[in-house]
Amino acid sequence: MSGAKSGAAALRSGFGSTRDLLPRWAWILIFLALALLFPYVVPEILSGGSGDDLLDASVNTLGYVIMALGLNIVVGFAGLLDLGYVAFYAFGAFVVGWLGSGQFEGVNLDFITDVPSTLPGIHVNFVVIVIVAAAFTGIWGVILGAPTLRLRGDYLAIVTLAFGEIVPRVFENWEYVSNGRQGITPIDRVYFPGVGELNYPIELEGIYYVGLAMVLITLFVNIRMRDSRLGRAWIAVREDEVAAAAMGVNLVRTKLWAYAVGAAFGGFAGAFLGAYRNTVNVDQFEFGFSVFILCMIIVGGMGNVAGVILGAIALSMLDRFVLPQLNDIPDKIGLSFDLTAVNFGIFGFFLLVMMVLRPEGFIPSTRRRLELHSGDEVGDAAADRSAEVAPGEALYEARH
Amino acid sequence: MGRRVATALWQNILWIGLSAWVLYYLVQSPTETLGDIKTGFSNGTIWALIALGYTLVYGIIELINFAHGEVFMIGSFVAVSIWAWLGISSRSSTLVIIAGIGGVLVVSMLASGSLNVMIERVAYRPLRNAPKLAPLITAIGMSFILQNVGSLWYGLPQQVPDLIGSQRTLFSLLGVDVVRSDVFAIAVTLPLLFALIFFIGQTRYGKAMRATAQDPDAARLMGINVDRTIALTFLIGGLLAGAAGLIYALYNGTVRFNQGFTAGLIAFTAAVMGGIGNLKGAVAGGLIIGVVQSISDDQYGQQWTEAVVFAILIMIMVFRPEGLFGEEVRPG
Repeated sequence: MSGAKSGAAALRSGFGSTRDLLPRWAWILIFLALALLFPYVVPEILSGGSGDDLLDASVNTLGYVIMALGLNIVVGFAGLLDLGYVAFYAFGAFVVGWLGSGQFEGVNLDFITDVPSTLPGIHVNFVVIVIVAAAFTGIWGVILGAPTLRLRGDYLAIVTLAFGEIVPRVFENWEYVSNGRQGITPIDRVYFPGVGELNYPIELEGIYYVGLAMVLITLFVNIRMRDSRLGRAWIAVREDEVAAAAMGVNLVRTKLWAYAVGAAFGGFAGAFLGAYRNTVNVDQFEFGFSVFILCMIIVGGMGNVAGVILGAIALSMLDRFVLPQLNDIPDKIGLSFDLTAVNFGIFGFFLLVMMVLRPEGFIPSTRRRLELHSGDEVGDAAADRSAEVAPGEALYEARH
Repeated sequence: MGRRVATALWQNILWIGLSAWVLYYLVQSPTETLGDIKTGFSNGTIWALIALGYTLVYGIIELINFAHGEVFMIGSFVAVSIWAWLGISSRSSTLVIIAGIGGVLVVSMLASGSLNVMIERVAYRPLRNAPKLAPLITAIGMSFILQNVGSLWYGLPQQVPDLIGSQRTLFSLLGVDVVRSDVFAIAVTLPLLFALIFFIGQTRYGKAMRATAQDPDAARLMGINVDRTIALTFLIGGLLAGAAGLIYALYNGTVRFNQGFTAGLIAFTAAVMGGIGNLKGAVAGGLIIGVVQSISDDQYGQQWTEAVVFAILIMIMVFRPEGLFGEEVRPG
């Protein structure tokens, strides 16, 4: 155990000294360049059809990164364990279903699209849709968050879980808005004036950049909010609710803002994924998805933006690309099942192992550093060498 | 005076609402609703057995054992597998069927019980001193692992041989037909409940459990092996879940790998309703949830029942987190 610990410490200081090699803006530029060049470089190197699979997985990953960053606001910053995040994915996805398809046959409304105006239904430009989706979902975040304000710890987790189960059930049974189990399909393609309609089941580069732009917006808002007065209030509430209240933090407003902003990003990403997958279906919105996103945060390092992004990329690539590629391994060793069929078992195993062995995640949040130099680290991939976070210490509120 | 009445009314708003809801349907369609209440009670015994596992564990270490529903599912699967393996079907002779049910009941209880102890050892004991939510997250992980084990075991819904002739009417009461599965569920559950009450209330081990629930540190100072007592609690919870798994298999006629998730949440609702940590409350909660479910099945259609139960869960947690009967957990 102690060997593992000193190894981890060495890894951390390794991160630190690598980080210090270049100034911050240079790192930002390097990562941005990597992300921009990715669709033209990496998939080309891969042989066969797996390049397209990789790009498809990457587009999905971008959506998941937004969701993980959104959930990180609720769970990582404000310390409210939300097990029903899938509800916000559902709201966002249904907004794109309502405003960008022929679902409502009685209405005929077009706004900056190149859908033929004879087609029934509401067809609104994607940019408008994502803004509406984020706002709509944010409002629902407040509505679903309000009853949980008095609750703490595991009770809060269960109530959010119950909401996460109720919302998809309501959508499933209310056929007028959701089309029941068949779901809403097809969804209008993303369209920009001057660029035209993106041709994404065939060429994925365009939609990749749309997703990347959305991730960058999310990242910017996330970091700015974390370092704002509100963000510091979130962290104070996470550390000690009573002390925060005594220091003048308005608990109700702080928590509701966390729910609203976290949910808004869920809707933001939900609209993107709904449009990209061309279908909005209640089967997508199950409890396992909430845990999948939570798993990204825990594996990466709760509360740390860089850790969460890394965790989200690692797990969604594992889910969308690595597991399908390795699908026949159990078959080769004489077991008759698909690896993709047990994906949630694998994530469950990660949750278990991470919580027992390294509950602070791979890249732990450097709370002390943040408190000492707030606004000093943007996209920071390193941990404070002096602040060894003991396993499990101050991960959530320390009392019950 | 008026104010006190108003406060009393407000504090019991959930009781009042629930009774009014049942009464409304009882007046509107008496026979149907009486039948629902009967079905609810017999189905509720299954939730009660599972809920006891939640409440026992919560009472002693204040943890929601999220994997408990999966322990119940494994109990069902063990029972169904053994019957298939031994070739016991509804055409076997009565003696074989009775021996088959009795023997398999013991085996699936032991399987679920030891599984629950193993879960405690692997996923919760290393986190005994960690923040309260860490074991909740490992519990979710464990639940997913077990669900996948279940999906590899039986990927598709599995038919259960109708060993008890479950739909055969035994007698009629107030125009309600009581079928064999109703009687079976209650006949298996009642002895287990009495055994549990005896064990907790009268034996040395039960006393150790109560002491640990009240104050683990003081219990340790008094020479109680706290770790072993906690493992014992998980064993008992698992035994009851295994029994519930067998009853569920025979009562419903099919088992599937994701039955544990929903059943777990329903039973958890029952445990919270009864006041978490309160054994009698968990049983009452299970029965009440059973009745609510079957009335909702009848009146609103099955597709809404889950949402109704979860809505009740939210209302209880928000308005009356101590449950309808009051919780029995240690102060502070």
